Amino acid sequence: MSVPPDRTPPTVEIAGAPPVPAPTREQVLAGLRATDSGDDFVQLMTPEGQRVANPEFDRYVTDVDADALKALHRDMALVRRFDREANALQRQGQLGIWVPLLGQEAAQIGAGRAMQPQDMAFPSYREHGIAWTRGVDPTELLGIFRGTDHGAWDPREHGFHLYTIVIGNQVLNATGYAMGQRFEGRVGGEDPAGNEATICFFGDGATSQGDVHEGFVWAAVYDAPVVFYCQNNQWAISEPTERQSRVPLYRRAAGYGFPGIRVDGNDVLACLAVTRWALEECRSGNGPVLVEAFTYRMDAHTTSDDPTRYRLADELELWKLKDPIERVRVNLVREHGVGQDHFDAVQAESDELAARFRRFCVELPQPAPDRMFSQVYAEGSAQVDAQREAFLAYHASFEEAGR
Amino acid sequence: MIGVRREFAMPDVGEGLTEAEIVTWHVAPGDTVTVNQVIVEIETAKAAVELPCPYAGTIGELLAEPGQTVDVGAPIVTIETAEAAPEAAGAKIGEVGADGRVANLVGYGARPGSVTRRKRRPAGGEPPAAPPPPEPAQPAAPAPRAQPDPPAASTAATNGAAVGGTVPLAKPPVRKLARDLGVDLRRVTPTGADGVITREDVRAHAESAGEPAAEPAPAPVAAPRPGGGERREPIRGVRRATAAAMVSSAFTAPHVTEFLAVDVTATMRLRDRLRRSREYADVPLTPLAFVAKAVCLAARRTPAVNAHWDEAAGEIVYYDRVQLGIAAATPRGLMVPKIRDADALGLRELAVALGELTATARSGKTPPADLVGGTFTITNVGVFGVDTGTPILNPGEAAILAVGAIKPAPWVVDGELAVRTVCQLALSFDHRLVDGEQGSRFLADVGALLSDPGLALTW
Repeated sequence: MSVPPDRTPPTVEIAGAPPVPAPTREQVLAGLRATDSGDDFVQLMTPEGQRVANPEFDRYVTDVDADALKALHRDMALVRRFDREANALQRQGQLGIWVPLLGQEAAQIGAGRAMQPQDMAFPSYREHGIAWTRGVDPTELLGIFRGTDHGAWDPREHGFHLYTIVIGNQVLNATGYAMGQRFEGRVGGEDPAGNEATICFFGDGATSQGDVHEGFVWAAVYDAPVVFYCQNNQWAISEPTERQSRVPLYRRAAGYGFPGIRVDGNDVLACLAVTRWALEECRSGNGPVLVEAFTYRMDAHTTSDDPTRYRLADELELWKLKDPIERVRVNLVREHGVGQDHFDAVQAESDELAARFRRFCVELPQPAPDRMFSQVYAEGSAQVDAQREAFLAYHASFEEAGR
Repeated sequence: MIGVRREFAMPDVGEGLTEAEIVTWHVAPGDTVTVNQVIVEIETAKAAVELPCPYAGTIGELLAEPGQTVDVGAPIVTIETAEAAPEAAGAKIGEVGADGRVANLVGYGARPGSVTRRKRRPAGGEPPAAPPPPEPAQPAAPAPRAQPDPPAASTAATNGAAVGGTVPLAKPPVRKLARDLGVDLRRVTPTGADGVITREDVRAHAESAGEPAAEPAPAPVAAPRPGGGERREPIRGVRRATAAAMVSSAFTAPHVTEFLAVDVTATMRLRDRLRRSREYADVPLTPLAFVAKAVCLAARRTPAVNAHWDEAAGEIVYYDRVQLGIAAATPRGLMVPKIRDADALGLRELAVALGELTATARSGKTPPADLVGGTFTITNVGVFGVDTGTPILNPGEAAILAVGAIKPAPWVVDGELAVRTVCQLALSFDHRLVDGEQGSRFLADVGALLSDPGLALTW
């Protein structure tokens, strides 16, 4: 693949110890690609929909009965549906761009449903599933991608920060927010219900960014209650993971001195369990934690991208067998005897959501020219006011108004 | 049920793409489609993409064919939907408005040259009703407010190119100062190095203009008189293609042009004789046919003019055959249709081909295949009564010959002044692969053949 073939593994020498050969290229790739195997890989439900026991993490999902699993299935199906609708709307000229999450539903629904209302999430720009779990209506995401606003939900109300387009930048914001939680004494308190944590979402490509490194260092040194939740979807646009790291990403945490764990990102149960554990660690003062959700971006990076130019179709076919929704569906039918009526109801609800989503998008009004100034400061600012006046005057200087 | 006819416009599926090519249609007129059903595959500069249908209904018309490149925003298909007719409010994005234009999503993909701007209000017009005055930061400005600068100032903001004269040189803070003081920088005498206007210049000008009424408003330098007439046309189609070809040619191939005046009396006599013969009875035998024949013959002796500089491959490509382009002025603009394997044609066949070619080109029906793959071009500027010119190479070709007007002129024959039929030839060639020697020999050969057509027998 794309690793330089002639790379000679260097020898690691530590004073006083016999030289240890660094891992070979094959070992590195094997470690990076290990998916549904290995001791360090948390999986509670196989791609075939079989529930498997995990002594460490089973206790975090004891409450997940058939109804709860149905709810998780519904979450994923609805999120996938409006994601597909948005993709189509972009192809029809209704959105400037869309960032598809296809394939990452479990990684997001599992993590999102593990959060408590008082927790705070910092997304990048693909976290439509997290938005869904935080009560942000899918239609509220549309303005960003249609270019009518920069995100209009109230981050405090939802515990869900605005989308961050700059890669990895939100790791700094999240670490800072978590520090605030610590300073205000909302970590490690007597009453578990009063404790809070922060969770920060980013991708495998972001781990190569300085901001992520700085956030890791700071959080480790000051015990910030933040879960670093990396959705490793294998591709940083066109760059594969092996061009980002020599070790599996979760193992980087050891270098910073906090725990790292790899979870099957296409297993919603495992993601739920591991994130519940990780958030609990942070709430009780044992943060930070790094979670690597091992998943796959089944569509393009964005609608402007064409993945067929850098990856092979057989890779996609392989991951289709690990589809996050399909395995839950199979499990519901086989192990819980869920009937077709549930799936029909979810289908009907999906269609309704898609239609509402489409209608909202097409009818989204063009914002007034002064809109971009109106939310900058709570109480106004002389400079922004002057800019607004000048901008409005400029607009008024045209002969005809409007479109 | 009477449906509504909807048009689906080519979307910008990337960020800032301006066009896309139709690859395959998955539907045909009359097919029933649902929302999000994939109906067409397109290819952009970035990706091959399948487009889902935005409406449910029946396919009406396919407005673009596979292989066709379509501008973003142009309708590609009509769909008859079953919904009730909407009220005639403002068009939503993707719908056809009352003025026939398809509303487009704001933000991306404006095609350069196709941007239409709303007109600015005239500077002296009534102020807008609600908003505050245009320049809120205006301090208590001295008199110049009362005597506004000519409208050229505001024109310059939107249309710098149309304002003649030089743009005054001043740093941004000085410009700000000038604006605050109401000083027109074009009237300030610069004292700085290289004619830069300094802060002191502006101050001095503002003070000296204490009695502003004394200074009459000078006529705006070279600015178009209001309503004096200019016509703006979007640059598109053949004009855009021509411009791109000329610019790329002029800036990649080092051009050399050589000139030769030729006594074509003998050729014109031959032409008269042939026209009277039965063989040429129904053939429009123009002097251009003789030039074409001479070019083909001369190119055989100088293959370098019938060649191509292949920068990418690092090779010079010499062609066995002459694919002769004839520059033609058509209603759609400049076109260069080709005569295939012109060197294999006799004079009569060349004349026939030229006749057909120009007729097709003038009626605007030249198929695209006839416009590409040339190896040498002749441009007949003589038909416009012009003596000569310096032609620009058709991109990729090594030489181009301009033929001037054929007309009687004084000429020295055997030491005596005589009136002869004379024509000017101008040959431009790409000096990367054609040396002066080769270019000169080729031009001299063409000239020799036209002044003594009998020479052709000897080649």
